[in-house]
Amino acid sequence: MTTHLTQSELPPGAAGGRSGDGVPTGTGSRGTRILGLVALLGLVFLGLIGLWASPEDRIQGNLVRILYVHVPSAMLAYLACFITTVGSAVYLWKKSRWWDLVAYASAEIGAVFTGITLVTGMLWGRPTWGVYWVWDARLTSTAMLFLLLLGYLAVRRIPAAAPVRSKRSAIVGLLLVPNVIIVRQSVEWWRTLHQEATLFANGLESEIHGLMLFAWFVGVVVFGVIFAWLLIHRFRLAWLQEQIEEHGLERAIADRRAEADAEAEISGAAEAADPSPTEPGTDSNGEAAR
Amino acid sequence: MEPVVHLRAAVSLLGRFPALAGVDLDVTAGEIVLLQGPNGAGKTTLLRTCAGLLPVVSGEAVVLGHDLTRDRRAVRAEVGLLAHATGLYDELTVHDNVTFWTRAAKADPADADAAMARLGLDGRLRDVAVGRLSAGQRRRTSLAVLVARRPRLWLLDEPHAGLDHDARDLVDGLIRDAAGSGATVLVASHELDRAAALAGRSVSVVGGTVQGGARVP
Amino acid sequence: MFRDAALIAGKDLRLEARSRVALNQVVPFALLVLVLFAFALDPDRGILSRATPGLYWIAVLFSALLAIQRAFTIESADGNRDALRLSGLDPAGIYLGKAAAIAVQLAVLEVLLGIGVAVLYSTHLAGWGLLVVTCVGATAAIAAAGTLYGVLAAGLRVRETLLPLLLLPVLAPVLIASTRAFEAALSGATADGWPWVGLLAVFALVYIVAGVVGFGPLLEET
Repeated sequence: MTTHLTQSELPPGAAGGRSGDGVPTGTGSRGTRILGLVALLGLVFLGLIGLWASPEDRIQGNLVRILYVHVPSAMLAYLACFITTVGSAVYLWKKSRWWDLVAYASAEIGAVFTGITLVTGMLWGRPTWGVYWVWDARLTSTAMLFLLLLGYLAVRRIPAAAPVRSKRSAIVGLLLVPNVIIVRQSVEWWRTLHQEATLFANGLESEIHGLMLFAWFVGVVVFGVIFAWLLIHRFRLAWLQEQIEEHGLERAIADRRAEADAEAEISGAAEAADPSPTEPGTDSNGEAAR
Repeated sequence: MEPVVHLRAAVSLLGRFPALAGVDLDVTAGEIVLLQGPNGAGKTTLLRTCAGLLPVVSGEAVVLGHDLTRDRRAVRAEVGLLAHATGLYDELTVHDNVTFWTRAAKADPADADAAMARLGLDGRLRDVAVGRLSAGQRRRTSLAVLVARRPRLWLLDEPHAGLDHDARDLVDGLIRDAAGSGATVLVASHELDRAAALAGRSVSVVGGTVQGGARVP
Repeated sequence: MFRDAALIAGKDLRLEARSRVALNQVVPFALLVLVLFAFALDPDRGILSRATPGLYWIAVLFSALLAIQRAFTIESADGNRDALRLSGLDPAGIYLGKAAAIAVQLAVLEVLLGIGVAVLYSTHLAGWGLLVVTCVGATAAIAAAGTLYGVLAAGLRVRETLLPLLLLPVLAPVLIASTRAFEAALSGATADGWPWVGLLAVFALVYIVAGVVGFGPLLEET
């Protein structure tokens, strides 16, 4: 099925490659290509510094290098969650589809980054504590963030019409930040009141200075760029998907009216014959409109 | 005279499907209008749209003075919809259901009693759980709820279906009384003879549009 | 709004009194959960008695899922959602009414489970003030959040699997707080428990506001 999208229906900012009749062939654009290049170079740079140039930590040895990935991932996961809530709020307030899709894209990328946080956390934890997982405040809160995001994404994918999906996921998204705050607070109280060692305290409060601090900083920036790149692409993908669905509407209206004309012809032709009502049956959606 | 229902090129969506694909309809107060047409044409959707349940995404739609494209919730309290579904709680009795729905609508409890009496529900059926009733008796209960609310616009979706002869006469009597006291009635029905005798006017719903609906002033 | 809430709550409770689903199905389920815990945790080794507060609240949470599902199943039958929209009832009132009815059922459940726990796990109940207030707070919190997410999932084909996925992470803080408060009450250190009750109160408040505001839009079809 070919779709012909007008200029106004393209994702904002997209000026990517397209085939002869104006259909975009991808979600890329000059902006994202530059961004992607920066991200790639940054990643190489981070690898050089993180894996090679920066020194070992006094206590943790080479393990600290995982933190250059782990900490930025965690920060961006929480940022993604924040963006989803803001996007949901603006969508509910202004019915802006742009913000609705930003919320969706952000939640999905956020789930990925949360996953990375958890996995790198476990990779760091196994040599350090001997186990893959401890129930300290930070890890537990991050696991809960993951579950909350998965819940949001589940609502995003329910088998229902798009406006229903958008509204319901917006309400879940709106409550995402309050939920995260309440969960973090209760988990921290719980763990500190029990005097469990928050073992990550050892990891991060050990002196970070010089090249290590720089590596950490580079990590944050590079992952931030990667996050932005992923977000833009995911958003554009979602936008294009919505456009395709919307386009169906005009065609559906035309089809429905054509059905009416066909009916008129049939009943006109059958005037002389037995005038029993014809039954086109239920429509293609499966909805029984009467 | 201000039309009770005024629709022009109204498009109404069921999910993404344009169940109403551009409807023109004018109905004035006190009219009884028959909606006829094949299954799937949009009769039920038209009634539900007039009740303010479905969004009108384009065109004009004014019912009882309320603009449905702006705020479709305001009109709901003033219409009475008799749908295919009963709108009743099966585990509660006839009396419980009617009093609940009338109190919800802030209607006069005396009207509720009168409605139940009119529909023959104040006798032995009064304290029977709705789930135990026959389809026709349930339909009468739904009607009692509608009658007790005294809506200015009645939207009836195949009210005669599943009823015996006496019950159908009862329904016709209710419709005539309603129109007589100034309410407006839209009836979707396959019972063409009975409904045609009742209605002042009939329109044809086909493919999400209405033929013969508009009144050119 | 409150008048409508009372009407809805009365209707829901009357319906429950007639159909007795909560009594016949949810309560036995809760007791069943307690029994299963005993199978899983071996009563002789003392784990059961140490874990009692947590197990109690997990049983409450799982049973609450059933009660909330039920509260919205009765509305999905036969065009009742349409009827509710047309009824002229204030959606905020419907929310409060449904939440109140769920809260009443949960309260009864908690009392029965308390008896179950005292009997089955030989728990020595103490710190009654804290126990009762914790139950009040937790019930309000669960009912408030549950009714909001319940209507969100209601009417969807996937509602049975969606509601637990949405609600349980959200209620995790309630589980933490109620369990800690119960532990404090049972061990005699009630002073430790009251801050947790504060958390429950804040949670309940946040969700009551969210529910009052969000229920109306969610009741609409689109």
